[in-house]
Amino acid sequence: MTLAVSILPEQQLAALNAAYRQAVTRKRLRLLFGIALFVAALILSAIGAEVNLRTLFTYFGNFVSYFDRILTLDSGQRVWTDVGEWLWGWRKWLKMLGETLLISYVGTLIGAVFAFALNFFAAENTSPGPWLRFLVRRLLEFARTVPGIVFALIFVIAFGLGPMAGVLAIAIHSTGALGKLFSEIVENADMKPVEGIRSTGASWLSCMRFAVVPQVTAGYASYALLRFEINVREASVMGFVGAGGIGQELVVAIRKFYYSDVSAILLTIIVTVFIIDITTGWLRGRLFGKEART
Amino acid sequence: MSKPQEVDTARLRARYPDVFDRPASARLATPLVLAAALAVFVFGLVDLDFSPSRLISGLSQLGWISMMMIPPDPGASLPLYLQALGETLSIALLGTSLAALFALPVSLLAARNVVPSNIFRFPVRRFLDSIRGVDTLIWALVWINVVGLGPFAGVLAIAVSDFGAFGKLFSEAIEGADQKQVEGIRASGGSALHEIRFGLMPQVLPVIAGQVLYFIESNTRSATIIGIVGAGGIGLQLAEQIRVLEWQKVSFLILMILVAVAAIDFISGKLRFAIIGRRAVA
Repeated sequence: MTLAVSILPEQQLAALNAAYRQAVTRKRLRLLFGIALFVAALILSAIGAEVNLRTLFTYFGNFVSYFDRILTLDSGQRVWTDVGEWLWGWRKWLKMLGETLLISYVGTLIGAVFAFALNFFAAENTSPGPWLRFLVRRLLEFARTVPGIVFALIFVIAFGLGPMAGVLAIAIHSTGALGKLFSEIVENADMKPVEGIRSTGASWLSCMRFAVVPQVTAGYASYALLRFEINVREASVMGFVGAGGIGQELVVAIRKFYYSDVSAILLTIIVTVFIIDITTGWLRGRLFGKEART
Repeated sequence: MSKPQEVDTARLRARYPDVFDRPASARLATPLVLAAALAVFVFGLVDLDFSPSRLISGLSQLGWISMMMIPPDPGASLPLYLQALGETLSIALLGTSLAALFALPVSLLAARNVVPSNIFRFPVRRFLDSIRGVDTLIWALVWINVVGLGPFAGVLAIAVSDFGAFGKLFSEAIEGADQKQVEGIRASGGSALHEIRFGLMPQVLPVIAGQVLYFIESNTRSATIIGIVGAGGIGLQLAEQIRVLEWQKVSFLILMILVAVAAIDFISGKLRFAIIGRRAVA
């Protein structure tokens, strides 16, 4: 069997070709213009950020050798040849890691409770009044846009040095982030149960309790777990400004050039973050699995 | 009005034993989990030195600080702050672009449909994961040790930490691409590089562009933070003013950050729609 490919007459082909070329050229020009604009912005920002390629090339060796140095013990051996010496401070570090986890746990929980209390006012379909909704939304936006560590800096002055400032900073940031996500879940909830409950003469509070909450709890728990995961990372640097946790140890080790300690603490942080990621991932999978089954 | 029918409870019980007599394990699960969560919470409060007196004195301090913040006032350093804000935006743009540039080739190595070998892909993925496990602030401290204080360290810090995130996101985008176009290129005799350039890239570039824009947005926030450890930008000014308790300047700086973030959100939202929306409409 033979297949014939039909070829158009010459003039028709030429006209189509010309039109095609024109279309491609226009597209290319637009792309080129976009790229030029982007490169101009890059150059402008390179000047603004004092980028100095010579410094980078001169010192790039330092970056590589920095990792060489943090992986070397004082005795000149590689760290993994003497794990006992490398992780000499593991008792202290584990305690600080525990503190970090507690900070993120308590912070997430406080944040989740506040977000839970506020999100019904921020959601389009359940808010009792537009003014209240506007107010609560702006409040949540503020709490989520100001970085957690800025809150921590201010709280360290108000509440004194220590983990309390870190917890409160994380709590405020989580309230903002979770409040938004929670209210989005509520906006996607089925409103028929609410109508059913309201038709029996129930108050707004009962409507929320018996019609909305049962639909959204699994979603809430899932987002709260995700937030906890993020907050563990955040809490690991709260110590940089004196707000408790392992960050305190790390910043001291980096600033005082205790090289092998830096790698040991980084290792403990990375391992902890991995474990938390995997555990919460598994938990969230189970939560959603359960939701799908019922 | 008709009376509701008498309910035959006994028969219902017999028919739906699971509803009326749930097993003890199912009934106890929720309260037990809640009690455990609460216990850890209380332990945390005690262990982290929470006390009502500290909370109250801190809150009154905080109230006092908020009073001092009004009205926001930059004093005579407005030009300095505007310059610092520009620096922050530069750090975000440059750091994100650098990260995207380096992450693109690496993400190809981490994608299943480009590199089928598990043994080769696994170390690349773990490498990206470990980079992501380290916070931007920590990278900033490391880079300060290498290139000295200043915004350049901030650019490199954002570039490195986003490199990890982009590597993962891009490789997921590549794995989600339609394989048929790649097969078409291969059928017409294209090489492996042709397959990537003409089969994969046209599919994934819009997705990647959207993600990069989103990261520029979120990095404006990160870039304000890294100044706190000395890596330039508006965070440096903010941390300094907080340390010397110049609250009016602090509130002004926070307002500047909020406005800048809102503006970037708006612009990149429009751009993202222009890049991806066109495709969704067509």
